[in-house]
Amino acid sequence: MEETEKRVRSTQPQPPLAVADLACRRGDTLLFKGLAFRVEAGRMAWIRGRNGRGKTSLLKLAAGLSTPDQGQVLRDGRDLVYIGHANALNGDLSVGEALAFLLRLHGRPAGAADVLHALGRLGMQGRRHAAVRTLSQGQRRRVALARLALEDRPSLWLLDEPFDALDAEGTRELNQLLQAHLQRGGAVVLSSHAGLDADLLQPAEVDLDRYG
Amino acid sequence: MSGLFLTLYLRDLRLAMRRRVEALLPLVFFGVAVSLFPLGIGPEPQTLRQIGPGVLWVCALLASLLSLTQLYAGDLADGSLEQMLLVPHGAMLAAAAKAAAHWTLSGLPLVVAAPLLGLLLHIDTAALPVLALSLLLGTPTLSLLGSVGAALTLGLRSAGMLIVLLVLPLAVPVLILGTGAVMAIDGGQSAGAHCSLLGALLIFAALSATPAAAAALRIAVE
Repeated sequence: MEETEKRVRSTQPQPPLAVADLACRRGDTLLFKGLAFRVEAGRMAWIRGRNGRGKTSLLKLAAGLSTPDQGQVLRDGRDLVYIGHANALNGDLSVGEALAFLLRLHGRPAGAADVLHALGRLGMQGRRHAAVRTLSQGQRRRVALARLALEDRPSLWLLDEPFDALDAEGTRELNQLLQAHLQRGGAVVLSSHAGLDADLLQPAEVDLDRYG
Repeated sequence: MSGLFLTLYLRDLRLAMRRRVEALLPLVFFGVAVSLFPLGIGPEPQTLRQIGPGVLWVCALLASLLSLTQLYAGDLADGSLEQMLLVPHGAMLAAAAKAAAHWTLSGLPLVVAAPLLGLLLHIDTAALPVLALSLLLGTPTLSLLGSVGAALTLGLRSAGMLIVLLVLPLAVPVLILGTGAVMAIDGGQSAGAHCSLLGALLIFAALSATPAAAAALRIAVE
């Protein structure tokens, strides 16, 4: 939702993402208030907090999918990759069709070779003709994350529980994708309860429990 | 932007082909409902000829409402709608593409089938092209109005009933003009005015319904 997105253009270099004095309410419940942090290029922010504290809401705010009750979300205008809690894969499509649709939607290469390469990186190339509805939860997550394997831009990644349902091999692969993205100057904001290799990726923690 | 529209439009058509029985439901409903009138009212040609245009248009209106609850619901549930809204002008494109796909799947088959069913209702053969033309102009308007209703009720309980309550009053002018066009020919008059007004309604709906549906989609995703 481009109209809620605040793009900053000034003489000072802006970080890929900065939030200032952010507050979010769901119904009568205040999830967080006074939240402020920046994510520089090549760095990762790890959103932490108890269940229901607003991690998904924060990521949706950062993506511009919802409007904050207070404060601002500032983005420097670089490309955005958002993978939400839901995988955005229609069960009636085949794995290859579903991934190709997402790539095409976001203006990325979506040829058969690109799709095969992306699926191969997450170990799903053998299931490219299978219907999405026949996949396990972990396999669906792998297909959704396969988008990241084709990214070669220093974009801003917003990932909601990306390690959810992944096995050890998938977790290792995702950590490698994240590391490669940070090394090319990309920025990452993710929420995760498990799986993140903090030693490898050196994330800055944002604990939402402190902003309730 | 047209490439993105085509991507969204073709995806909906592909999904419909994977659920053929559901996709055929509006056409089957239309055929069955219209066919029941001669059985219920009687085979008197004059009676059927009088009520025929109204029957066909009412059945077309109800058939076009059948699949509206699923227009956005699946994409909201699986997260696809979020991805669509992240694209520049994504909400507008999604609303336009889905309305177009809905018309292709629900409206266009009715346009083709209506003249055949018109024969069953003893409608004058001279009025059949006008019947098809009125549906060709009117059913896209119904899809556009339905798209707004589906977006406004997205994620709500009893969405199907709410869509009917929202869309039916807005569809009444289309119904009156569509029926009037066929009856005008039957009465020896020109259907030009009716068809012109149906065209004007279509243009108005195309310009206003898509932004309205897009705004409703953004609210639903929040």
